[in-house]
Amino acid sequence: MKIVVCVSHVPDTATKINVGSDGKTIDQNGVTYVVNPYDEFAIEEALKTKEKSGGEVVIVSVGTDKNKDTIRKALAMGADSAVLLKDENYRDSFAVAKALAEEIKAQDARIIFFGKQSVDYDNSITGQMTAEMLGYNCVTVVVRLEIDGDKVTAEREIEGGKEVVETSLPVVITAQKGLNEPRYASLKGIMQAKKKKIEEKDAAAADNNLEIVKMFKPAPKAPGKIVGEDVSAVPELVRLLREEAKVI
Amino acid sequence: MTKFGGVDFFNIDDLLTEEERMVRDTVRDFVDEEVIPVIEKHYREGTFPMHLVSKMGELGVFGMTIPQEYGCAGMNNVAYGLVMQELERGDSGVRSFASVQSGLVMYPIYAFGSEEQKQFWLPKLAAGEKIGCFGLTEPDYGSNPGGMVTKAEKVEGGYLLNGAKMWITNGTLADVAVVWAKLHGKVKGFLVEKGTKGFEAPEMKGKHSLRASVTSELIFQDCLIPEENVLPGTGGLKSPLMCLNQARYGIAWGVIGSLMATYDSALKYSQSRVQFSKPIAAYQLTQAKLVNMLTEITKGQLLNYHLAKMKDDGTIKHTHISMAKRNNCEVALDGARIAREILGANGILDEYPVMRHSANLESVKTYEGTHEMHTLILGENITGHSAFE
Repeated sequence: MKIVVCVSHVPDTATKINVGSDGKTIDQNGVTYVVNPYDEFAIEEALKTKEKSGGEVVIVSVGTDKNKDTIRKALAMGADSAVLLKDENYRDSFAVAKALAEEIKAQDARIIFFGKQSVDYDNSITGQMTAEMLGYNCVTVVVRLEIDGDKVTAEREIEGGKEVVETSLPVVITAQKGLNEPRYASLKGIMQAKKKKIEEKDAAAADNNLEIVKMFKPAPKAPGKIVGEDVSAVPELVRLLREEAKVI
Repeated sequence: MTKFGGVDFFNIDDLLTEEERMVRDTVRDFVDEEVIPVIEKHYREGTFPMHLVSKMGELGVFGMTIPQEYGCAGMNNVAYGLVMQELERGDSGVRSFASVQSGLVMYPIYAFGSEEQKQFWLPKLAAGEKIGCFGLTEPDYGSNPGGMVTKAEKVEGGYLLNGAKMWITNGTLADVAVVWAKLHGKVKGFLVEKGTKGFEAPEMKGKHSLRASVTSELIFQDCLIPEENVLPGTGGLKSPLMCLNQARYGIAWGVIGSLMATYDSALKYSQSRVQFSKPIAAYQLTQAKLVNMLTEITKGQLLNYHLAKMKDDGTIKHTHISMAKRNNCEVALDGARIAREILGANGILDEYPVMRHSANLESVKTYEGTHEMHTLILGENITGHSAFE
């Protein structure tokens, strides 16, 4: 049985992002890329699923040659093989999902993992769209998972609590932090990853439904206001909190 | 947890292969997530973080240059050096553990051991299921190990070991000690297993340096070592010195990691600490200190990289390793002291890693061949005159 993990290659969360000169993309200067952090939980869960029930873990990613860094890391963690669906151009979530769904269909995989969101565009929607295109069940923001035969039991985060849901294969799971503790790629794993195959093909054609028209940083925060320095300032402070800030 | 961004002024990363970078980044993450958050507590309490042993085993850092058939990663010396650099960026004690396990225990078993010894010990040591130590130095024989008085005597069923070793990293923790003793006046290596009658390994207390590392004495009193525990390939002082070359190589890389840590700490502090209404980084005196540190890091990195290449292609000589160990330890210790100056009074607090690194490096400059001995080894090499024998 094939288990597919869909991974994205995103700017390191510690990197300082600036808007590029076109006003629509980020300035690539000094930006380092990493495996999307939520995808690490997805990879780990796929490996655990394989360790428990057997199968083969296939990494699928949409993007450019640069995504190979992320793919190699997933292979070093223990995934068996990978497919890079190439497209040099920007794709919105729908177009990414389209390419992934085509590949998953070709792979005939019935357990699919995603991170719950990619920390670049933050749409949190690619997993659900892919499930819909494939006609698969879908459970999002999963923090605990059990797959027993065709039966899937998942605990997911909801506002203020958790819920447990049951469904069946085929399924798309989107992973939340807490699902597991992702393993480090071992040194042996890194050596083995060299020998594993990354199949490259063009991503299935798909039109974007969204166009990025503008990208900008939030306006710098206005400086704070000092009302006074001793007890005499309290009435004015209370008035401002009530009338201007409207917090009391 | 703050992620370490690395120090790479000369884009040395461009010289590394994809695997080498991946290994470095993996161990870098491991140190940020697993070592740095717990190390100050262990240092304060004078304990070694034992829970890291199996984790480092899983990562595969022990004996990582030994072939995969013995359960090791089979990597090159650039990757090995980068791992040592990152571990020591965390703490010299953690790097020391890995150095001893890899260079002083697994290496001699791999290089001088019988096939049975290799098959039995190497996979367990690689996984961190077993811990090893290396006994060469004695209370009265440090720089002059050839003078050792620990003796082995052939008896019925094996060898009787008598003597004492000192300053042995991991001694008390070890399941197996690689012990060097004179047999008919010639140095020979023995594997002494924990629990052997007549063998004790008490911990040495009262250290102001390497506090997150266990240092021990090894005492042998009519300790019977079975025949199969002799390292058959050993013969003469050359054998333990070959091991020391492995460990010294790791130190040359490791201490540059330590210097990267103290530099990073000093740079950040200088940018946020304001005196006379500007950051202290804006003062010429501070800038000169930081520039010197960065320059020494860069020189050390380039020296290490070429040293690794020579080790991989077999052209390395012990004198090359001596120069790198000698230089890098000195610049790392000087750098740690300068970083402490930049941090002012804050530099002595364990909120910052600087004083810990500085205290550790006092040991690292002296162990595995003192600074002075490496000077004399190089002096003899270039002049043809030995100043110590």
